[in-house]
Amino acid sequence: MKILHKNLFKKIYKIRKIETKISDLYNEQEMRCPVHLSIGQEAIAAGVCQALRKEDKVLSSHRSHAHYIAKGGNIRSMIAELYGKETGCAKGLGGSMHLQDKKAGVVAAVPIVGSTIAIGVGVALKAASNINRKKFITVIFFGEGATEEGIFHESINFAVVNNLPVLFVCENNLFSVYTPLKDRQSNKRNIINIVKNNGMPAFSADGNDVTKVYALAKKSINLIRKYNRPVFLEFKTYRWLEHCGPNWDDDLGYRKKSELNRWIKKCPLKKIEKKLTKNNLTTIKNKIDDEVADAFNFAKKSNFPKKSFLKKFY
Amino acid sequence: MPQIKYFQAIKEAQTQLMYKDKRVMIMGLGVNDPKGIFGTTKNLNKIFGNKRILETPTSENAVTGIAIGAAIQGLRPILTHQRVEFSLLSIEQIINQAAKWYFMSGGESNTPIVIRLIIGKGWGQGPQHSQSLETLFSHIPGLKVVSPSNAHDAKGLLVSAVKDNGPVIFFEHRWLHNIYGEVPKKLYSIPIGKAKVVQNGKDITIVSFSEALIQVLRLKKILSECGISAEIIDLRSLRPLDKSSIFRSVKKTKKILVVDNGWKSYGISAEIVSLVSEKLLSILKEKPIRLGIREIPIPSTRALAKNCYLNSESILKAVSKLTKIKIKNKIKKKYLNQLLLKETDIPYKDFQGPF
Repeated sequence: MKILHKNLFKKIYKIRKIETKISDLYNEQEMRCPVHLSIGQEAIAAGVCQALRKEDKVLSSHRSHAHYIAKGGNIRSMIAELYGKETGCAKGLGGSMHLQDKKAGVVAAVPIVGSTIAIGVGVALKAASNINRKKFITVIFFGEGATEEGIFHESINFAVVNNLPVLFVCENNLFSVYTPLKDRQSNKRNIINIVKNNGMPAFSADGNDVTKVYALAKKSINLIRKYNRPVFLEFKTYRWLEHCGPNWDDDLGYRKKSELNRWIKKCPLKKIEKKLTKNNLTTIKNKIDDEVADAFNFAKKSNFPKKSFLKKFY
Repeated sequence: MPQIKYFQAIKEAQTQLMYKDKRVMIMGLGVNDPKGIFGTTKNLNKIFGNKRILETPTSENAVTGIAIGAAIQGLRPILTHQRVEFSLLSIEQIINQAAKWYFMSGGESNTPIVIRLIIGKGWGQGPQHSQSLETLFSHIPGLKVVSPSNAHDAKGLLVSAVKDNGPVIFFEHRWLHNIYGEVPKKLYSIPIGKAKVVQNGKDITIVSFSEALIQVLRLKKILSECGISAEIIDLRSLRPLDKSSIFRSVKKTKKILVVDNGWKSYGISAEIVSLVSEKLLSILKEKPIRLGIREIPIPSTRALAKNCYLNSESILKAVSKLTKIKIKNKIKKKYLNQLLLKETDIPYKDFQGPF
């Protein structure tokens, strides 16, 4: 148990550290791309990815940093991508919203909400095909806004009909950009029931408690591996910073300060740290701090892509 | 050489590709239904099974994304829509994802996907079943667009499309499906991006593609008997466009007529005339002419549809204007009566509908 908790802590700490550093350095104006930071939402990425194997694959959306880091994506290439450098994971062509690391199983992230849900199901179609049969499961992370898109409903139906090994993970942070749930969904709407009525098992849990996320993810992944069928999970959580950018956004008044404070009290990092009070975490923290500092140094020192690189395309 | 119909050529290409390469799969609504996409996929599941010939829900958007996902993992899906218009439900996946995937991955990840789009015409199919939307797709860097006019090219281009590592939009005109052509039995490919000079000539260059080209070809005899030596170019591919074949011909004839399959504005014909104007304006002896369909949706009723589609008269008139050679009425009547239909909403005389 202690090892598991340490591993979960490592993932969350690393995400928090990187996101905080991006936030701190953003005003230098060298990371010139939109950033959607995951601070406050780290537990879902950490808990789910802890339950995965290296060969399993993940896809994400615009807020993808946490998933990339938790799945073991190379953080030097991630930060370099934010700096627009040739060493970036998309060689500077994609930016923060196009994180990917084939080796680590991070297939893709794209900013069009809902789009990767279908693409992820297609990735799973390969896993279920008869050729080069390599078993893996595909995890698709998306926000609750994506469940308002037609493509979500089309995709879950397809995954059920074709018995595909997919874990759908909905991170419900209550806002689509700044628009609250009450303006977007009927208060009678229940996503778990919607999914279940499509013939897919669906469960939910506290998205800020990483041990609960891990336990549910592990159980679901076992189901998927055993029965080769998709499962849907919903986790409630909360974004601390602005929708897009490095700052707090309380001045906008679209959410109550008290609501934010309530969620900050449920900090995923503090929660897991409490479980490890008897351990000295300094060594772990220092190691991650160094790794993150190295990634930023690497990115800053890297070159921009050359003009001739564009000739590679079309 | 065996004579087979255009739709059979497409089926033959798919069948041979699937025997040869187990990564190739077919998906779409109706691929396994009793009619099998106008016969092009009929009974293929009996050979290759329901996993490789995958029937799909009515979910064009997701299914396109699913094809992309399968493609980036190494499969080679051929996705089919029975009409072009259904693909509009998936335009986000096509333009944002498929077209840009190679780019967005820094050139590391490919999307070998073919999307077959079928253009309807006539028999009252109306505003949403008869659009020639080639331009929409040809505008996008990262997409390749082909539009074969005959069975031979259909097979060869489909083979190239499936072998291509990027997304290819494959336009089929429904009226071409039943036209016979000489098609080699073996698997062969025709390179994407190469036009074909279907008739050599020196007086005028006529550029066309898809079903519009068939309408031009029907006038071949009239033109030659009137003493007009027309060079006719079948574009075959719309993106990339074979500019050099067009330029080579126009340098010779110094006149150009472009007969479009769809609307002129911002269209394929607009692109070609622009390119020729930019490059060869000083050698042109006449102002270029474009012909296309009327710039409104196509009405269902045949009484009005005929006023919207291309017709032989307007093509002949344009050729005459450019070459300054009169089309003799006697010759015109002789062939028009013999070759063409009074009705413009059916592909051949005995056609009894529906599509």
